[in-house]
Amino acid sequence: MVGSNVFRAKFFSLYLPLMLYLVVLLFPFYWMLIVSFKPTNDLFEMKFNPFWIQQFTLENYLYLFQNTDFPTWLKNTLIVSVVSTILSLICSIFIGYALARLRFPGSNFLGLGIFLAYLVPPTLLFLPLAQVISGFGLNNTYWALILIYPTQLIPFASWLLMGYFRTIPKEIEESAMADGCSRIQILFRMVLPLSVPGLLSAGIFCFTLCWNEFLYALIFMSSGSMKTVSVGTVSDLIKADTLFWGALMASAVLGSFPIAFIYSFFVKHYVSGLTAGAVKG
Amino acid sequence: MVNGSRLKSFSMRDFFDRERNLGIILMLPGAILLIAFMAYPFFLGIWLSLTDSVIGRAGHFIGLRNFIDLLTDTIFHQTARNTFIYALVTVPFKAVLGLGLALVLNRHMRFSSPIRAAVMMPWIVPTALSSLGWFMIFDPVFSPISWLFRHMGLISKNINFLGDPILAISSVCWANIWRGVPFFGITILAGLQSVPQELHEAAAIDGASVWHRFRHVTIPSIKGVVLIASLLSIIWTFADFQLIYILTKGGPANQTHIFGTYTYQIGLSATEIGMGAAISLYMFPILAVFAILLLIYLRREQ
Repeated sequence: MVGSNVFRAKFFSLYLPLMLYLVVLLFPFYWMLIVSFKPTNDLFEMKFNPFWIQQFTLENYLYLFQNTDFPTWLKNTLIVSVVSTILSLICSIFIGYALARLRFPGSNFLGLGIFLAYLVPPTLLFLPLAQVISGFGLNNTYWALILIYPTQLIPFASWLLMGYFRTIPKEIEESAMADGCSRIQILFRMVLPLSVPGLLSAGIFCFTLCWNEFLYALIFMSSGSMKTVSVGTVSDLIKADTLFWGALMASAVLGSFPIAFIYSFFVKHYVSGLTAGAVKG
Repeated sequence: MVNGSRLKSFSMRDFFDRERNLGIILMLPGAILLIAFMAYPFFLGIWLSLTDSVIGRAGHFIGLRNFIDLLTDTIFHQTARNTFIYALVTVPFKAVLGLGLALVLNRHMRFSSPIRAAVMMPWIVPTALSSLGWFMIFDPVFSPISWLFRHMGLISKNINFLGDPILAISSVCWANIWRGVPFFGITILAGLQSVPQELHEAAAIDGASVWHRFRHVTIPSIKGVVLIASLLSIIWTFADFQLIYILTKGGPANQTHIFGTYTYQIGLSATEIGMGAAISLYMFPILAVFAILLLIYLRREQ
């Protein structure tokens, strides 16, 4: 009897709220998933229970690969995300190291500037940026996004890496310098290998943000063959007259999958990256 | 061998090893990108907002006329109200629901790491794509919520979530809360885990009730992270775009615009880029206040 009371207490204080959170937070994904596996006609059949699949089909996924540019969108998103992430990481490693270890004029001011850049939202910049990008003739090229995304990523990534670099004991570097290593050698041969968790957090953070970005991609990659997954899904699969709900949901599921997959592998790194700023200050 | 190469590159090396030179060189690549694609567009935006430019034609300087015209634009008023509701009124909901989530996740349980990964999904996956899920959940014909309520006999006609102004703003706020709760949850969880267990134990030994421990040990220890998460959330959602663009495009009848979507509509769709720049710049002082609050708080914490 004691056991059942303990269970009841735990049920109300833990399992029930946990279930509610899981149902509410995951329902939209469940919904997207089941709609993507239903034939279109089943959606209109009002006597079917919409929360379950009556007839399982892959036709929506086939449609996506045969009748839309989905594979191209995927390729574009991947190229832009990988290159921007690498570019941002290189810039952030340099900035993070300079701010963590080197004394040079204006370093405090630059540090503050980079923190503020973290808070500048795309919605404040996209109109003038549209002029800058078309001025450089970069519309509908990978370069448009590859050059713009780092401005959203460098601030947080350098901040994060700066924190990691500071935890490496200075004595290691000092003794290496006494042995004749240059600063650059120390950065690449000693500091970076010791900062792998930080690099991983920063890299995942950058890649996720690139993959998820929508506004700049919507404006700068408007031509059919250059669209990213989010932009292509929203602009090509939502037509005013008919909605291909199944294909729309299939595209949303496949576009979310890589991020969900990477994230669940590296959940610890992502969470520590996400909360590093908030907790450490 | 070592000596030879050392002699040859001596002066170069000397230059790079001087902290001030190396520091500035290392800052350069990132700084160039930030200046070209963030600082320069920012000032260009200020200039554009003072002109009557349209896309494809440079305009003339017209002073503050765009800003003054907006003060009498009723859609702009509605936009400002909506942004306030969307960014500020949602924060207490996110914070309370996030705190609840953090308290649940902080308990010992099996499968805690897949559960943590799962509840983070609304925050992790592309908002543009998860918004499509909500787009269908709020659809006037296909909504599963309408189906459920109809079958329970609560309603006789489907709910038009995005077609009615009040329902539409509530629906986008709900989707926004849904996306934000995991961020608050995981941030507060990190705060909870930084509370020394001994503090709880000491309080328990002193006879403090669960509520007292929550009130006097837990709450003070997470106040800081809640405040920081709230300020970040306000800044991000204040300047949001994609969720509303996908769910309502600012409709019905321009009733659910926020600054980001109204800027897009005026500046790009209607090609009045000068006026659009003025709309987006109205965000700036408000964002600046929250950014400064955040900065002051972070400085004080250090």
